[in-house]
Amino acid sequence: MTFPNDTRRLLAGPSLDGNPERYPAHIARLGALPSSAAPADLVGSLEASGLLGRGGAGFPVGRKWRAIASRDGKSGAVVVANGAEGEPASHKDRVLMTHRPHLVIDGAILAADAVGADEIVFYIGREHEAAVASMKAAMSERKVELGKRAKLVLAPLGYVAGEATAVVNYINSGKGKPMTVPPRVSERGVGKKPTLVQNVESLAYAALIARYGDVWYRSAGRLSSKGTALVTVSGAVKDAGVWEIELGTPFGEVAQEAGATVGRTRAVLMGGYFGTWTSAEDAWTLPLDPAVMKASGLAFGCGLLWLLPTASCGVWATAQIMEYLADASAAQCGPCLFGLRALADATSRLAAGRPALGDLALIERLIPQTAGRGACHHPDGAIQLMASALHVFGDDFAYHARTGACAVTNTPMAVR
Amino acid sequence: MGQKPADMKLRIDWILCDGYSLCSPEAPDVIDLDEWGYPIIRPGVIAAHELKDVKRAVAACPMSALSLVSPDFDKRS
Repeated sequence: MTFPNDTRRLLAGPSLDGNPERYPAHIARLGALPSSAAPADLVGSLEASGLLGRGGAGFPVGRKWRAIASRDGKSGAVVVANGAEGEPASHKDRVLMTHRPHLVIDGAILAADAVGADEIVFYIGREHEAAVASMKAAMSERKVELGKRAKLVLAPLGYVAGEATAVVNYINSGKGKPMTVPPRVSERGVGKKPTLVQNVESLAYAALIARYGDVWYRSAGRLSSKGTALVTVSGAVKDAGVWEIELGTPFGEVAQEAGATVGRTRAVLMGGYFGTWTSAEDAWTLPLDPAVMKASGLAFGCGLLWLLPTASCGVWATAQIMEYLADASAAQCGPCLFGLRALADATSRLAAGRPALGDLALIERLIPQTAGRGACHHPDGAIQLMASALHVFGDDFAYHARTGACAVTNTPMAVR
Repeated sequence: MGQKPADMKLRIDWILCDGYSLCSPEAPDVIDLDEWGYPIIRPGVIAAHELKDVKRAVAACPMSALSLVSPDFDKRS
């Protein structure tokens, strides 16, 4: 599934079953890091490439770098390579950091040079032990190059710890909770300096674009979005794992490669826990292209593709995720703390076959009411997931609400 | 700068807001409350005739979580 005929994409090179690619092998395969003498050209190249951030929000990478590179004043900036990957079902960042640590370091160095940063922080989820070990070893291989400017910070556990303001807050104060914006971290972040918080996959891709250019980047991509991207395929598949796909590849092709069939799949969760459900039928022909998906109200997000088997109930699966997201609230903002809890409770009651009167109406009312009412986008992401669940599993929600039983698992559950 | 006085919108610092619900009674046409007492702001800018009430609502918040800002405040560049 790795993009054919190109040995230079993110996961090209040695097998992912083996050891991390060490620095001599990395250089032998890809060449040394291009001179950073012309960092302005790299920003232009990133803009021309159309590369979007791979942390979930999909913000254009070139524009993000440009905003900091063109700041007023000469104060130093900070680059944070964000490898928190708090999304429980996503594995692509930890796989990348574990097996291609030098691509991430290359990207971080290039970003620091391009935006005029004198500090680099590698911010890695503490639970991703293999990734931490590999990045540590790679950093020591690059000790001379990185010098004193780079440090590794272990991110705390938790879904919100990777959110940009929470990242900055944790590095500054040890509190991994989001902060009110403005100020944006690009204006005042780590140590009050302008800070570029960039997902590790985006940085790794910047390292390839620096070497091969934006035209090369755009040579992959079947539809409007160009390039390749890492996806995590899991759930009801034979071969779960992290794959690199050409953007625009129909989901069905990826699913087939992973050993899934449309007949055994009920629905697919795309983009992460903040993402969207799609029915198996719709998913199979859907191009995995962020622009196409966005136009259909779907999320490419962090590239998660999680398959729900036909034997499982979408109401139940959604309740599990909503419980997780409600618990993951940083509990700083009322509408998120209370709204997500109420949504999770109602969904769980429906899933368990003991709905309270009006639970479905409550969910439908709380979705628009909760939107946009938080310091960060945690409630917005949870609501996107919840709304798509009602859309895809609407009949199941109604059946649960009406009968207290599940038509999918065929179980009468109205037993307290 | 250059904004007409009424050409403003209400901003809530959600981390500061603790749901004391003291804002809504001062400007009920602009600020509603959810079931937990947290404000729900009517979308759009504040009309000139609403400004006095809204300013009272801002002043009523014990957490200083409300402020009047220009409509393009916090828009991404």
